[in-house]
Amino acid sequence: MVEFALPKNSKLQKGKEFPVPKNVTNLKRFEVYRWNPENGENPRVDIFHIDLDSCGPMVLDAILKIKNEIDTTLTFRRSCREGVCGSCAMNVNGKNTLACINAIEDYEGTIKIFPLPHLDVIKDLVTDMTNFFAQYASIKPWIETQTPAPADRERLQSKEERKKLDGLYECVLCACCSTSCPSYWWNSDKYLGPAVLLQASRWLEDSRDENTGERLDELEDPYKLYRCHTIMSCTDTCPKGLNPAKAIADIKKMMAIRQQG
Amino acid sequence: MAQNNRPLSPHLMIYRLPLTGIISITHRMTGVVLALGLFAYVASFFIILQGNEAFLNLQAVLDYTLIRIAIWFFIYALFFHLCHGIRHLIWDVGTGFEKDEMDRNAIIELALSFVLTLIFY
Repeated sequence: MVEFALPKNSKLQKGKEFPVPKNVTNLKRFEVYRWNPENGENPRVDIFHIDLDSCGPMVLDAILKIKNEIDTTLTFRRSCREGVCGSCAMNVNGKNTLACINAIEDYEGTIKIFPLPHLDVIKDLVTDMTNFFAQYASIKPWIETQTPAPADRERLQSKEERKKLDGLYECVLCACCSTSCPSYWWNSDKYLGPAVLLQASRWLEDSRDENTGERLDELEDPYKLYRCHTIMSCTDTCPKGLNPAKAIADIKKMMAIRQQG
Repeated sequence: MAQNNRPLSPHLMIYRLPLTGIISITHRMTGVVLALGLFAYVASFFIILQGNEAFLNLQAVLDYTLIRIAIWFFIYALFFHLCHGIRHLIWDVGTGFEKDEMDRNAIIELALSFVLTLIFY
Protein backbone atom coordinates (compact mmCIF):
# COMPACT_ATOMS: atom_id res chain seq x y z
CA MET A 1 0.00 0.00 0.00
CA VAL A 2 1.17 3.53 -0.73
CA GLU A 3 2.52 5.14 2.44
CA PHE A 4 4.57 8.27 2.03
CA ALA A 5 5.59 8.77 5.66
CA LEU A 6 7.63 6.39 7.76
CA PRO A 7 5.93 4.56 10.65
CA LYS A 8 6.43 6.03 14.12
CA ASN A 9 9.18 3.64 15.16
CA SER A 10 11.14 4.36 11.96
CA LYS A 11 11.34 8.15 12.12
CA LEU A 12 14.90 9.44 12.02
CA GLN A 13 16.54 11.10 15.01
CA LYS A 14 19.64 13.20 15.19
CA GLY A 15 22.62 10.99 15.92
CA LYS A 16 26.08 11.35 17.35
CA GLU A 17 28.82 13.34 15.67
CA PHE A 18 32.16 11.64 16.11
CA PRO A 19 35.15 13.98 16.63
CA VAL A 20 37.09 15.32 13.67
CA PRO A 21 40.58 13.72 13.52
CA LYS A 22 43.43 16.16 14.23
CA ASN A 23 46.31 17.18 11.95
CA VAL A 24 44.50 15.94 8.86
CA THR A 25 44.02 17.81 5.58
CA ASN A 26 42.02 15.50 3.34
CA LEU A 27 38.75 15.14 5.28
CA LYS A 28 35.47 13.64 4.08
CA ARG A 29 32.19 13.77 5.96
CA PHE A 30 29.94 10.69 6.10
CA GLU A 31 26.39 10.46 7.39
CA VAL A 32 25.40 6.90 8.19
CA TYR A 33 22.03 5.42 9.14
CA ARG A 34 22.16 3.60 12.48
CA TRP A 35 19.65 1.46 14.33
CA ASN A 36 20.35 -0.64 17.36
CA PRO A 37 17.73 -3.33 18.05
CA GLU A 38 18.75 -3.53 21.70
CA ASN A 39 18.15 -0.06 23.14
CA GLY A 40 14.57 0.54 21.99
CA GLU A 41 15.40 3.90 20.38
CA ASN A 42 14.45 5.15 16.94
CA PRO A 43 16.93 5.04 14.05
CA ARG A 44 19.44 7.89 13.91
CA VAL A 45 21.98 9.34 11.50
CA ASP A 46 25.57 9.45 12.83
CA ILE A 47 28.23 11.74 11.45
CA PHE A 48 31.80 10.57 10.85
CA HIS A 49 34.84 12.43 9.54
CA ILE A 50 37.37 10.36 7.65
CA ASP A 51 40.96 11.03 6.70
CA LEU A 52 41.01 10.06 3.04
CA ASP A 53 44.82 9.95 2.98
CA SER A 54 44.71 6.86 5.16
CA CYS A 55 41.64 5.27 3.58
CA GLY A 56 41.08 3.02 0.57
CA PRO A 57 39.45 4.49 -2.54
CA MET A 58 35.96 2.97 -2.38
CA VAL A 59 32.89 3.83 -0.30
CA LEU A 60 33.15 0.37 1.26
CA ASP A 61 36.72 1.15 2.36
CA ALA A 62 35.43 4.17 4.25
CA ILE A 63 32.74 2.09 5.97
CA LEU A 64 35.35 -0.51 6.92
CA LYS A 65 37.58 2.24 8.26
CA ILE A 66 34.73 3.53 10.42
CA LYS A 67 34.18 0.04 11.81
CA ASN A 68 37.89 -0.63 12.37
CA GLU A 69 38.91 2.70 13.83
CA ILE A 70 35.95 4.80 14.96
CA ASP A 71 32.90 2.74 15.92
CA THR A 72 33.20 -1.04 16.00
CA THR A 73 29.44 -1.47 16.46
CA LEU A 74 28.67 -0.30 12.90
CA THR A 75 26.98 -3.27 11.20
CA PHE A 76 26.80 -4.02 7.47
CA ARG A 77 27.12 -6.87 5.00
CA ARG A 78 30.14 -7.21 2.75
CA SER A 79 32.21 -9.97 1.28
CA CYS A 80 33.97 -9.90 -2.09
CA ARG A 81 34.80 -6.14 -2.28
CA GLU A 82 34.72 -6.33 -6.10
CA GLY A 83 31.07 -6.26 -7.12
CA VAL A 84 30.41 -9.96 -7.65
CA CYS A 85 28.75 -11.00 -4.37
CA GLY A 86 26.09 -8.31 -4.05
CA SER A 87 26.35 -8.11 -0.24
CA CYS A 88 27.25 -4.46 0.25
CA ALA A 89 24.19 -3.07 -1.58
CA MET A 90 23.11 0.15 0.10
CA ASN A 91 21.73 3.58 -0.67
CA VAL A 92 24.56 6.05 -1.27
CA ASN A 93 23.54 9.68 -1.81
CA GLY A 94 20.01 8.75 -2.83
CA LYS A 95 20.83 5.94 -5.23
CA ASN A 96 21.13 2.22 -4.57
CA THR A 97 24.48 0.73 -5.44
CA LEU A 98 27.27 -1.57 -4.34
CA ALA A 99 29.53 0.32 -1.92
CA CYS A 100 32.58 -1.66 -3.08
CA ILE A 101 32.59 -0.53 -6.71
CA ASN A 102 31.96 3.19 -6.22
CA ALA A 103 34.87 5.54 -5.58
CA ILE A 104 34.61 8.08 -2.75
CA GLU A 105 36.05 10.77 -5.02
CA ASP A 106 33.08 10.44 -7.39
CA TYR A 107 30.80 11.91 -4.71
CA GLU A 108 30.94 15.61 -3.95
CA GLY A 109 30.49 16.85 -0.40
CA THR A 110 28.97 14.70 2.32
CA ILE A 111 28.33 11.05 1.53
CA LYS A 112 25.00 9.89 2.94
CA ILE A 113 24.61 6.17 3.48
CA PHE A 114 21.29 4.47 4.14
CA PRO A 115 20.19 0.83 4.07
CA LEU A 116 18.32 -0.40 0.97
CA PRO A 117 14.98 1.47 0.93
CA HIS A 118 11.65 0.24 2.27
CA LEU A 119 12.85 -2.94 3.98
CA ASP A 120 12.78 -3.99 7.62
CA VAL A 121 16.06 -3.07 9.26
CA ILE A 122 17.78 -5.76 11.33
CA LYS A 123 20.62 -3.53 12.46
CA ASP A 124 22.26 -0.41 10.96
CA LEU A 125 22.73 -1.13 7.23
CA VAL A 126 21.60 -4.76 7.41
CA THR A 127 18.09 -5.30 6.08
CA ASP A 128 15.75 -8.29 6.14
CA MET A 129 15.93 -9.94 2.69
CA THR A 130 13.66 -12.90 3.52
CA ASN A 131 10.80 -11.79 1.28
CA PHE A 132 13.16 -10.98 -1.60
CA PHE A 133 14.77 -14.41 -1.61
CA ALA A 134 11.42 -16.18 -1.09
CA GLN A 135 10.17 -14.38 -4.21
CA TYR A 136 13.32 -15.47 -6.05
CA ALA A 137 12.65 -19.10 -5.07
CA SER A 138 9.03 -18.75 -6.24
CA ILE A 139 10.06 -18.35 -9.90
CA LYS A 140 11.95 -21.69 -9.77
CA PRO A 141 15.41 -20.43 -10.70
CA TRP A 142 16.62 -23.74 -12.08
CA ILE A 143 16.25 -25.62 -15.33
CA GLU A 144 12.97 -27.51 -15.74
CA THR A 145 12.59 -30.15 -18.42
CA GLN A 146 10.02 -32.59 -19.82
CA THR A 147 12.30 -34.70 -22.00
CA PRO A 148 14.98 -37.04 -20.61
CA ALA A 149 18.54 -35.73 -20.74
CA PRO A 150 20.77 -37.04 -23.56
CA ALA A 151 22.59 -40.13 -22.31
CA ASP A 152 26.08 -39.24 -23.49
CA ARG A 153 26.34 -35.44 -23.12
CA GLU A 154 24.91 -32.28 -21.64
CA ARG A 155 21.88 -30.44 -23.03
CA LEU A 156 23.60 -28.38 -25.69
CA GLN A 157 23.00 -24.79 -26.69
CA SER A 158 24.01 -22.93 -29.85
CA LYS A 159 26.05 -19.72 -29.59
CA GLU A 160 22.98 -17.70 -30.58
CA GLU A 161 20.86 -19.37 -27.90
CA ARG A 162 23.54 -18.73 -25.30
CA LYS A 163 23.74 -15.10 -26.38
CA LYS A 164 20.13 -14.58 -25.28
CA LEU A 165 21.23 -15.01 -21.67
CA ASP A 166 23.73 -12.14 -21.84
CA GLY A 167 22.53 -9.24 -19.74
CA LEU A 168 20.44 -11.62 -17.63
CA TYR A 169 22.82 -14.15 -16.07
CA GLU A 170 25.20 -11.47 -14.71
CA CYS A 171 22.73 -10.40 -12.00
CA VAL A 172 24.19 -10.86 -8.49
CA LEU A 173 20.83 -10.48 -6.68
CA CYS A 174 21.97 -7.47 -4.67
CA ALA A 175 18.36 -6.13 -4.70
CA CYS A 176 19.45 -2.59 -5.61
CA CYS A 177 16.89 -2.49 -8.43
CA SER A 178 13.94 -3.99 -6.56
CA THR A 179 14.39 -1.65 -3.60
CA SER A 180 14.68 1.37 -5.92
CA CYS A 181 11.26 0.69 -7.40
CA PRO A 182 8.35 2.72 -5.94
CA SER A 183 5.95 0.06 -7.21
CA TYR A 184 7.89 -2.55 -5.24
CA TRP A 185 7.90 -0.33 -2.15
CA TRP A 186 4.10 -0.21 -2.11
CA ASN A 187 3.41 -3.79 -3.24
CA SER A 188 6.39 -5.96 -2.31
CA ASP A 189 4.01 -8.53 -0.81
CA LYS A 190 2.47 -9.22 -4.24
CA TYR A 191 4.67 -7.69 -6.95
CA LEU A 192 7.83 -9.71 -7.67
CA GLY A 193 10.00 -6.67 -8.43
CA PRO A 194 12.65 -6.06 -11.13
CA ALA A 195 15.42 -8.37 -9.83
CA VAL A 196 13.21 -11.45 -9.59
CA LEU A 197 11.50 -10.69 -12.91
CA LEU A 198 14.90 -10.33 -14.59
CA GLN A 199 15.67 -13.82 -13.32
CA ALA A 200 12.26 -15.05 -14.47
CA SER A 201 13.21 -13.72 -17.91
CA ARG A 202 16.59 -15.49 -17.69
CA TRP A 203 14.82 -18.88 -17.38
CA LEU A 204 12.15 -18.02 -19.97
CA GLU A 205 14.89 -17.20 -22.49
CA ASP A 206 16.94 -20.32 -21.78
CA SER A 207 16.67 -22.63 -24.81
CA ARG A 208 17.20 -25.71 -22.62
CA ASP A 209 14.27 -24.97 -20.33
CA GLU A 210 11.08 -26.75 -21.36
CA ASN A 211 8.59 -25.22 -18.94
CA THR A 212 8.19 -21.82 -20.62
CA GLY A 213 4.41 -22.13 -20.72
CA GLU A 214 4.11 -22.99 -17.02
CA ARG A 215 6.48 -20.18 -16.12
CA LEU A 216 4.32 -17.68 -18.04
CA ASP A 217 1.17 -19.09 -16.42
CA GLU A 218 2.71 -18.39 -13.01
CA LEU A 219 3.42 -14.76 -13.93
CA GLU A 220 -0.03 -14.14 -15.46
CA ASP A 221 -1.31 -12.19 -12.48
CA PRO A 222 -2.37 -8.57 -11.95
CA TYR A 223 0.39 -8.05 -9.38
CA LYS A 224 3.37 -10.37 -9.92
CA LEU A 225 4.35 -8.93 -13.31
CA TYR A 226 2.00 -6.13 -14.24
CA ARG A 227 2.74 -3.83 -11.31
CA CYS A 228 5.70 -2.66 -13.36
CA HIS A 229 4.79 0.83 -14.58
CA THR A 230 8.04 1.48 -16.46
CA ILE A 231 9.32 3.96 -13.90
CA MET A 232 12.82 2.84 -14.99
CA SER A 233 14.40 3.37 -11.59
CA CYS A 234 15.69 -0.23 -11.73
CA THR A 235 17.67 0.24 -14.92
CA ASP A 236 18.91 3.60 -13.68
CA THR A 237 20.31 2.15 -10.48
CA CYS A 238 21.66 -1.32 -11.43
CA PRO A 239 25.33 -1.39 -10.35
CA LYS A 240 26.06 -4.12 -12.90
CA GLY A 241 24.62 -2.09 -15.80
CA LEU A 242 21.83 -4.57 -16.50
CA ASN A 243 18.37 -3.65 -17.75
CA PRO A 244 15.55 -5.13 -15.64
CA ALA A 245 12.95 -2.81 -17.19
CA LYS A 246 13.74 -4.24 -20.62
CA ALA A 247 13.58 -7.81 -19.28
CA ILE A 248 10.13 -7.13 -17.79
CA ALA A 249 8.93 -5.60 -21.08
CA ASP A 250 10.17 -8.73 -22.87
CA ILE A 251 8.11 -10.94 -20.55
CA LYS A 252 5.03 -8.75 -21.11
CA LYS A 253 5.65 -9.11 -24.86
CA MET A 254 5.93 -12.91 -24.56
CA MET A 255 2.57 -12.87 -22.76
CA ALA A 256 0.94 -10.79 -25.50
CA ILE A 257 2.36 -12.95 -28.29
CA ARG A 258 1.20 -16.09 -26.51
CA GLN A 259 -2.35 -14.72 -26.23
CA GLN A 260 -2.34 -14.10 -29.99
CA GLY A 261 -1.91 -17.84 -30.41
CA MET B 1 5.59 -7.87 8.47
CA ALA B 2 7.58 -5.98 11.07
CA GLN B 3 9.16 -8.29 13.61
CA ASN B 4 10.88 -7.27 16.84
CA ASN B 5 9.74 -3.70 16.28
CA ARG B 6 12.09 -3.46 13.31
CA PRO B 7 11.99 -0.04 11.65
CA LEU B 8 11.26 0.44 7.96
CA SER B 9 14.24 1.88 6.11
CA PRO B 10 13.68 5.34 4.56
CA HIS B 11 12.46 5.28 0.96
CA LEU B 12 10.80 8.15 -0.92
CA MET B 13 12.28 10.76 1.41
CA ILE B 14 15.88 9.81 0.64
CA TYR B 15 15.68 8.35 -2.85
CA ARG B 16 16.79 10.35 -5.86
CA LEU B 17 14.46 9.15 -8.60
CA PRO B 18 15.69 9.37 -12.21
CA LEU B 19 13.97 11.80 -14.59
CA THR B 20 11.88 8.93 -15.99
CA GLY B 21 10.65 8.22 -12.46
CA ILE B 22 9.60 11.82 -11.91
CA ILE B 23 7.89 11.83 -15.31
CA SER B 24 6.09 8.61 -14.44
CA ILE B 25 4.50 10.08 -11.32
CA THR B 26 3.71 13.29 -13.23
CA HIS B 27 1.92 11.15 -15.83
CA ARG B 28 -0.32 9.84 -13.06
CA MET B 29 -0.97 13.25 -11.60
CA THR B 30 -1.81 14.77 -14.98
CA GLY B 31 -4.22 11.86 -15.46
CA VAL B 32 -6.07 12.94 -12.32
CA VAL B 33 -5.96 16.60 -13.37
CA LEU B 34 -7.39 15.71 -16.80
CA ALA B 35 -10.21 13.68 -15.27
CA LEU B 36 -11.15 16.52 -12.93
CA GLY B 37 -10.74 19.07 -15.73
CA LEU B 38 -13.21 17.11 -17.82
CA PHE B 39 -15.85 17.76 -15.16
CA ALA B 40 -15.13 21.49 -15.32
CA TYR B 41 -15.29 21.31 -19.11
CA VAL B 42 -18.69 19.61 -19.08
CA ALA B 43 -19.89 22.01 -16.37
CA SER B 44 -19.05 24.93 -18.65
CA PHE B 45 -21.46 23.51 -21.27
CA PHE B 46 -24.25 23.45 -18.72
CA ILE B 47 -23.47 27.05 -17.78
CA ILE B 48 -23.64 28.11 -21.44
CA LEU B 49 -27.03 26.40 -21.75
CA GLN B 50 -28.37 28.76 -19.04
CA GLY B 51 -28.55 31.54 -21.59
CA ASN B 52 -26.89 34.73 -22.78
CA GLU B 53 -26.11 36.26 -19.40
CA ALA B 54 -24.53 33.05 -18.06
CA PHE B 55 -22.39 32.83 -21.17
CA LEU B 56 -21.07 36.37 -20.65
CA ASN B 57 -20.38 35.63 -16.96
CA LEU B 58 -18.45 32.50 -17.90
CA GLN B 59 -16.45 34.44 -20.44
CA ALA B 60 -15.55 37.00 -17.77
CA VAL B 61 -14.44 34.27 -15.34
CA LEU B 62 -12.29 32.61 -17.99
CA ASP B 63 -10.54 35.92 -18.53
CA TYR B 64 -9.03 36.02 -15.03
CA THR B 65 -5.25 35.63 -15.21
CA LEU B 66 -5.27 32.79 -12.68
CA ILE B 67 -7.92 30.88 -14.63
CA ARG B 68 -5.99 31.48 -17.85
CA ILE B 69 -2.84 30.04 -16.31
CA ALA B 70 -4.87 27.05 -15.12
CA ILE B 71 -6.17 26.49 -18.65
CA TRP B 72 -2.65 26.72 -20.05
CA PHE B 73 -1.52 24.20 -17.48
CA PHE B 74 -4.46 21.99 -18.37
CA ILE B 75 -3.57 22.03 -22.06
CA TYR B 76 0.07 21.27 -21.24
CA ALA B 77 -1.06 18.40 -18.99
CA LEU B 78 -3.15 17.06 -21.86
CA PHE B 79 -0.26 17.04 -24.33
CA PHE B 80 2.23 15.76 -21.77
CA HIS B 81 -0.13 12.90 -20.93
CA LEU B 82 -0.49 12.17 -24.64
CA CYS B 83 3.27 12.21 -25.26
CA HIS B 84 4.05 9.96 -22.32
CA GLY B 85 1.25 7.65 -23.43
CA ILE B 86 2.93 7.36 -26.83
CA ARG B 87 6.22 6.61 -25.07
CA HIS B 88 4.49 3.82 -23.20
CA LEU B 89 3.33 2.41 -26.53
CA ILE B 90 6.92 2.50 -27.80
CA TRP B 91 8.05 0.74 -24.62
CA ASP B 92 5.33 -1.88 -25.09
CA VAL B 93 6.80 -2.74 -28.48
CA GLY B 94 10.01 -3.50 -26.61
CA THR B 95 12.35 -0.64 -27.52
CA GLY B 96 13.55 2.56 -25.88
CA PHE B 97 14.93 0.95 -22.74
CA GLU B 98 18.61 1.77 -23.15
CA LYS B 99 20.19 3.94 -20.50
CA ASP B 100 21.26 6.73 -22.84
CA GLU B 101 17.79 6.87 -24.37
CA MET B 102 16.09 7.29 -21.00
CA ASP B 103 16.89 10.92 -20.27
CA ARG B 104 17.01 11.94 -23.92
CA ASN B 105 13.51 10.64 -24.63
CA ALA B 106 12.22 12.18 -21.40
CA ILE B 107 13.45 15.61 -22.46
CA ILE B 108 12.05 15.11 -25.97
CA GLU B 109 8.61 14.35 -24.58
CA LEU B 110 8.67 17.34 -22.22
CA ALA B 111 9.76 19.67 -25.02
CA LEU B 112 7.33 18.21 -27.54
CA SER B 113 4.37 18.66 -25.22
CA PHE B 114 5.45 22.28 -24.71
CA VAL B 115 5.66 22.86 -28.46
CA LEU B 116 2.27 21.21 -29.00
CA THR B 117 0.77 23.49 -26.34
CA LEU B 118 2.13 26.54 -28.15
CA ILE B 119 0.89 25.30 -31.53
CA PHE B 120 -2.53 24.56 -30.05
CA TYR B 121 -2.73 28.06 -28.69
